[in-house]
Amino acid sequence: MALLEVNGLDVQFPMRQQPLQALRGVAFHLERGERLGIVGESGAGKSVLAFSLLNLLSRPGFINAGSIRFEGQELVGLSERRLRRLRGRRLAMIFQDPMMTLNPLLTIGQQMVETLHAHRRLTRREARALAIGRLGHVQIAEPELRLRQYPHELSGGMRQRVVIAIALLLDPDIIIADEPTTALDVTTQANLIALLRQLCDKHNVGLILISHDLGVINQLTQRTLVMYAGSIVEQGPTRVLINDAQHPYTQGLVNALPQLTPPRQRLRQIPGPLPDPLDSPVGCAFHPRCPYRFHDDGTPREDCLARAPRLESAGEGRVACHWVRELHEIPTFEETST
Amino acid sequence: MDNLLDSGYPPLAQVGRPAGDDIPLLRVRQLQKRYALRGARSWTGRQPTRSLEAVDGVDLDIQRGDVCCIVGESGCGKSTLARLIMGLTRPSHGEVHYDGKRIDHLGTAQRRPYRRRMQMIFQDPYASLNPRLSVRSMLEEPLRVYHRDWTRGRIREAVEALMADLGMSPEWGSRHAHEFSGGQRQRIAIARALILNPEFVVADEPVSSLDVSVQAQVLNLLAEIQTKRQLTFVMITHDLAVVEHFATRVAVMYRGTLCEISDPATLFSSPRHPYTHALLAAMPRIDDDRNCRPLPEAGVAASSMPGCAFSDRCPYATTRCRREAPALVELDNAADRWVACHGVEEKRL
Repeated sequence: MALLEVNGLDVQFPMRQQPLQALRGVAFHLERGERLGIVGESGAGKSVLAFSLLNLLSRPGFINAGSIRFEGQELVGLSERRLRRLRGRRLAMIFQDPMMTLNPLLTIGQQMVETLHAHRRLTRREARALAIGRLGHVQIAEPELRLRQYPHELSGGMRQRVVIAIALLLDPDIIIADEPTTALDVTTQANLIALLRQLCDKHNVGLILISHDLGVINQLTQRTLVMYAGSIVEQGPTRVLINDAQHPYTQGLVNALPQLTPPRQRLRQIPGPLPDPLDSPVGCAFHPRCPYRFHDDGTPREDCLARAPRLESAGEGRVACHWVRELHEIPTFEETST
Repeated sequence: MDNLLDSGYPPLAQVGRPAGDDIPLLRVRQLQKRYALRGARSWTGRQPTRSLEAVDGVDLDIQRGDVCCIVGESGCGKSTLARLIMGLTRPSHGEVHYDGKRIDHLGTAQRRPYRRRMQMIFQDPYASLNPRLSVRSMLEEPLRVYHRDWTRGRIREAVEALMADLGMSPEWGSRHAHEFSGGQRQRIAIARALILNPEFVVADEPVSSLDVSVQAQVLNLLAEIQTKRQLTFVMITHDLAVVEHFATRVAVMYRGTLCEISDPATLFSSPRHPYTHALLAAMPRIDDDRNCRPLPEAGVAASSMPGCAFSDRCPYATTRCRREAPALVELDNAADRWVACHGVEEKRL
């Protein structure tokens, strides 16, 4: 049994005219100690997915179908009281901006002890010792001093370490990290990547990393899901996914990276904008931007317009594209453009 | 926009500097910006005079047609440097020369002709566009200010021509900034910077708030207009992949000082300054399975230390490094490569 198993997850935000379908039939699983990446552009539904796992969706959003099983226990429909016992203790979350997560009016120590007292019966001395230990785990020098300091007295990298230390306080089984390094500099980011990887290995913690940066995903995760317009369009081992992308959207994402184009050459962009979430295309959501939506003779491929593709096994992963088997024989982006 | 340019960007030779013109378009000398820090009052009630040098003695020449990228971590002073160049902030010390004339001390009226020739694109297209103006009035306004003699028809024509040039459909003109996505807004911001036909454009992190695929669109657009209009470009960024792709010249900045200036190819293949090394090693790559290597974390930016700004994190620092700040010196074996490091100077590194 997988540690976390998500099946057919639909999330909806009721709007005045019509409901906005933020997630459509999302399914994946996470094993103990596994590091899973979720990539996609803004608006693809990455953060909604993260929030829905802990049922932290902001109103009026709600889960309207599907199941989330944690160690076999169903989380959808679980009472708020029971969920609160899981949040923080079993599933912890790290957000993008540490300044927004930390309370500016409380010292680091107060915030850590508060978290501990919310879940466990500990004396003040025990709580303090535990907090100092966790700060040591995330390689913060002089932890006793940090406990007395306020968030504004720390640098950005150190704040994010404190947030990770708080997430680790109660020995969670899963850490959900939503763009944890986006607000940081590359050198600080490199430190945090190394730290997160080491912590996951040492404590056998599962990690769900949400990022738009394929470089970070490549450094930190073993398996990756690619999201587009609320659905998973491809999943597979990270290295394979980046080096041999199957879905046209994943190919487009990878190919658009400046690293893969020689200097001063035109970058390969994905044509067109992201679909409007209230008016997403019929059929495959990616088809208006897809380079493969026509046959060789210029006639449109009807399946792309007619119905949404399902995730099907392809190579080492799973891909949601009607033509993925044939696409192997079709020239890829770069060859068609020259 | 897709149909504007199908092949790669024109070769660099075409956008290079005109022969025989060796005065750099922009020359910055010993530029410094000091901000006073208000510390806690001591028990005597006296305000301690601490200060932070956001930009500390920067020398930089930018030739016509160059795309100069300034890279560095947040807080290293790269945005302050851009603002000093543009005259949005007054320097505490030092000079800025544009096209052979000193401009940093000019007053508002004298500065005006330069404001037309030098334009800026800001990082956040959500904050830099006036929400109450339609795109058309946003683009017409500078023309009305700078070309008093132009008729309304001529102004409208100029705006329409530019919009067509940047791949903006004509109906965008009547819409407002909030109706557009991030990438489209950045395109509007670019249009606004170009409407007065400048020769020098400073872009402060123009793509860092955009998604990968949109980033590619905006970078393509910038490269295209840069070559087509022979612009001299200064781009402030922290993204090394963008630098490697876009720049013809790179300046690496650390805590207010420049530590290495080079062409991108040599910089990426053989960095000399230890900080450049660290920066390149820390970059998470997708074409390389090696783990990115971390660097000891910086302390909170203290006010100026006597020695090299990087000495507290540098694995090769010596006593001299901690005592004496290194000057930017041209390497003897490579033309136009400058490094500020005692270790490189002493041939240790």
